[in-house]
Parts: sequence; C-alpha cells; structure tokens
Amino acid sequence: MAVDLLTARLRGAVGRLLRLVLLLAAVAAASFTLMAHSPIDPVDAYVGGDIAAIGPEQRAQIAERWGLGDPPLERFGAWFGQLLQGDLGQSLTFNQPVTQVIGERFPASLALMATAWLLSGLFGFSLGVVAGVRQGRVADRAICWWAYTLASAPTFWVGLLLLYVFSVSLGWTPVCCAVPVGVLAEDVTLLDRLQHLILPALTLSIVGVAPVVLHTRHAVIHAMASDHVAFARAQGESTRGVVVHHVLRNAAAPAVLLQFAALGELFGGSVLAEQVFSYPGLGAATTAAALGQDVPLLLGIVLFTTVFVFVGNQLGDVAHARLDPRVGRRPSRGRRGRDGEPAGLPAAPEAFPPPPTGEPEPAGRGVR
Amino acid sequence: MSALLEVRGLEVDFVQYERGLRRRSVPALTGMDLTASPGEVVALVGASGAGKSLLAHAVLGLLPPNAVECGTVTYDGVPRDPAARRRLAGRETMLLPQSVSFLDPVNPVGRQVRRSARLAGRSDPRRAAEEALAQRGLGPEVLRLYPHELSGGMARRVMVAMATLRAPRLLLADEPTTGLPPETVRTTLAEFRQLADDGCAVVVVTHELLAVLDVADRVVICSAGRTVDVADPADFTGDGSRLGHPFSRALWQALPVNGLHVSGVS
Repeated sequence: MAVDLLTARLRGAVGRLLRLVLLLAAVAAASFTLMAHSPIDPVDAYVGGDIAAIGPEQRAQIAERWGLGDPPLERFGAWFGQLLQGDLGQSLTFNQPVTQVIGERFPASLALMATAWLLSGLFGFSLGVVAGVRQGRVADRAICWWAYTLASAPTFWVGLLLLYVFSVSLGWTPVCCAVPVGVLAEDVTLLDRLQHLILPALTLSIVGVAPVVLHTRHAVIHAMASDHVAFARAQGESTRGVVVHHVLRNAAAPAVLLQFAALGELFGGSVLAEQVFSYPGLGAATTAAALGQDVPLLLGIVLFTTVFVFVGNQLGDVAHARLDPRVGRRPSRGRRGRDGEPAGLPAAPEAFPPPPTGEPEPAGRGVR
Repeated sequence: MSALLEVRGLEVDFVQYERGLRRRSVPALTGMDLTASPGEVVALVGASGAGKSLLAHAVLGLLPPNAVECGTVTYDGVPRDPAARRRLAGRETMLLPQSVSFLDPVNPVGRQVRRSARLAGRSDPRRAAEEALAQRGLGPEVLRLYPHELSGGMARRVMVAMATLRAPRLLLADEPTTGLPPETVRTTLAEFRQLADDGCAVVVVTHELLAVLDVADRVVICSAGRTVDVADPADFTGDGSRLGHPFSRALWQALPVNGLHVSGVS
C-alpha cells in the first residue's frame, strides 16, 4: 500500500517534470521565432545614438561576430546546445552573463510580486467573502462595482494615478526606483526599501485583486445556498458560524487555485508596474531586453518565467487538493461495504456528489 | 393532546426575475395543512415535486430569501414567523436531511459531527461525536473520512447521528429511507417510532407509503403543493375502500403490491 503510494507519487513527479521540459522547449522555440522576426535591428539597438558614427563595414563585423548572418535554425541550435550545458549566454544590454542579470534582479521583483500577491490574495478573499455573505446588499454592490472598475483598469494607468496622488501631490512615497537616489548601497535601510516597494506593490495588487474578489464572492454565494449550509442552519448555526465553519474552506479552494494560476498575470503586470515606477526588477529588464533586441537575456527571462509560473501552478494544484479532498488523489477508503451493506445494492444517486462546480478556469489566463 | 406543530394553509411562492426586470411568481405550495403532537409519527406522503421537502424546510425557516410565505405556522401554541422558526431550529426543531449533499464536502465527517455536538451544547464534543457514531455502528475511522468517501447508508447514519445529538422536540425527517435496503428501512423507521415514544413529535416525509404505515400514527397525503387528505394508517387496507379521498385511494391502489392499478387517476 505504502509502496504503491510512493510509486504513484514518483510517477506523478516524473510526469510533471516531463511536462515542464516539453513546455520549456516549446516556449524557447516560440520565443526564438518571435525574436528572429522582430523588426528591431540588434546592431542598431546596441550601438544606439552613435549609429551614424560607424560605417557599414563595422556593422557587418559586429553582425558577423554575433553570428547574425547564420540561418536562424543554426543560431537556435547553438544557443540550445549552450543552454543544455547551463550557459544562458551573455546579455548584450547589461554586458553581463544572463544568469547574473536574472540573479541580481529577481530578488527585487520577487519582493514586489510576493507583496502584491499576498495583498491581493488576502484582501481579495476577505472582500469576496463579505460580498458573498451580504449578497445584493449595499456592501456587496459597492465591492462588485469596485472590482469591476479595477478589472477594467490597465496596470500602468492605475500606477500613474497612484504615483500622481501619493508621490506627486501628497509626497508620501518616492517617485521612482527601489532605493533612494544618490545613496550608497550600504546606507540603504530596510525602511527605505519598504517605502520604495509600497506603491508598485499596491499597484500590482490592486489590479490582481478583482478576479479574486469576484470568484470568491461567487464561491461564497454558491456555498451559502448549498444543502450543507441549510443543514447547519437547521442545527442552529448562526450566520457567523455558517461562514466560519461551513463556507470559508469551500470558498478558499477556488480562490487559492486562482491566485496561483494568476502568477503569470502577476509577472506580466510587474513588467508594466516596474516600468511606470522605474523599479529595477526583472520586469524592467524584460522591457530593456526586448527593446534592445537582447535575445539571450530575453530568452533567459522567458525560460525563467516559465519555470516560475509552472511551479506556481503546480503548487496551486497541491494546495487546492489539500483544501478540497474531492480533487486529490487520495485512494478511496470507505467504499468497502464495511458498514455491512451488500456491495451490489443500488446506492442512492446522491452518494456520489457531483463534481465541484463554479471553480475558476485557469486555462486561458495568460500574461496580459 | 395539544399539537406541538400546526401548519394551516401554508402557501409558498418563489419570486423570480425573467429577462429584463419582469417579476414572476412561481407557486410552490398552494395550501398545506399539517399537525404533529408529541409522541406522534406523522407521515407526509406524496409524489416527487408535491412540496413535501419544501414544507419541512419552511417549518424550520430555511427557505431562500426569494420565497414568499402565506398562512400560519404555530409551534407550541404560538404563531411563528420564519425568523422565529429559524431561531427554534437546532434548539427545539431539527431537520434530518435527505441526501449526502447536506454534508459539507470539504470537511471530514469528524469535524462536522463535532461541530454539531458543540451546537447541541455538548460539553465534550469529541467524545459526544464518537459516541453518536458508535451508537449507529460507525467506528472511529469514519471520523477521518470525507462525505464523498461514505456509502449512501453510512452518510444517512452520520446525518441521523448529527440530527439527534440534542433530543429535538420536533424532528422533520426528509426522505430518510430512499435507496436503503428493506432491512435498514425498517430499523430507521423503528428508530423514529422510538423517538416518538420518548415524547418527540416526528414528521417523516416520504414517498414510500407502504413502509411507513407500520410506524405512522397518521398519514398526510399531499399533491401538487396542497394537502388533500389525512388518513388513518389502518385504512390503507384491501382495495382502499375505507379511504375517504379518491386521491388517497388511487395512491394506495397504484402501489405495486396492489397491482399497479392506475385507472382511478385521471
């Protein structure tokens, strides 16, 4: 029994790993194709303003040195071969190895995204529960209206608005960057960092909060109208007791799944938020790499993001299965006729609950 | 003996919105009468969709917000509105639900029974839960199972255990025997008889007329949202000629043991 379980787990892990490898290969190929057809000329982008100063011979030299004249398939093969040896190449924009660029910039982005993710998750779930419990009342309408407004507001616009209000008009937060300008790295305090983090994180969380609110609200309404809540009320459970003991866990499963599935969206949002706030994270590096035709860096970031989002989704699956035992792979106990009933009896159809409904569909929610 | 529960002319409509904002009222109950006294087992019989379960839910004040009620529900001699009835639920009145969907799908059985024990005011919910399940032949391993891992019969026993943790004065059992083997049907109904003999008023909602005749003191027959007849169980005999109402007679004659005779029903 235990061995069976272990092999099943192992098989699941191997399957997931295989899926990740296939996904990475497909993503790498697709991104490379896109970059190869980009209208931006890498040499122009590299040389920048001094483009008039160099002659066609020099351009040809640079292009040859970078291997731009080779057929795309050959270039892809060369890059892929290096990748298999763990070498992601050299970033043209930052003049550093790609792994180093990612390693230096990811912590800043991670702090930003983690803060935004937690904020939007906790805040969105709480608001969704309130709206669902007070369905149709003033609180519900206000929360829904707010969520719909946010859902239709673009990240960069919300960011600019917050920047205008809090940084320019009120002067509470800095206008840019992750650390104060003109301060030595060793003099930067944690408080400084937090102060610089708060507005980008808020922007990012505000945009991510709407789906959580609306999905949680739906799940809460669904649970509040369900039979098991009616039974709880029949036993004298108060509304607060109903919510705490009979609704929260039911509503948490889809919310958690959604929040993990939204990691891709979060990454996409961080590109914009970092751009608006000049926050030096991975998102800003992505923009720089794309505008500079920095193929190694962009592909490196794309692969890194893929792993990040993939792992996030897998964690979401695991957490969801924890919260909702019906989707887990627990071996079914209990159906052994242990209670003395003949196995062949026509079991009541209700003995098999319908599959959980009203859950968010994670597919199709890509990077915005 | 004075009645504990007295339902008079209960009507329930559901208000729905059609396309746009046109309101539509869907009548569900059109005139239900029911009385139940302590020590009595009352069977509420009728076809599917006749409004039997709805009546049980209405008595407990569990109807959804879009339900509109008309008529009186008197409990313990006092007319009670839905809010008052909901306050009584769990203290005085109790529902025994019909299917496993009334158990929370994402919480293990143990947690749910312990919660019920706490609501029932038991001082040691953990022990009360184990005892209540053990009383119905379910071992402690059932506490760790989730509702979808239970068989239909186990789920029913779990719900009976939850519903009777505090001895209610009025128990409304909603289709408690559907899909159970005949042996279990008999023991379940005998348990209701026992509860009634101990002073509880029991209303058994069912469409299995034959099985319930053994334990019922009265049979209330309803059809299409209204009660049509109240009959003595002893009158359900022979060709049903002792039954006063033609619908009751037709219902009796339509039973398989009576030859599936359906000529009397239009």
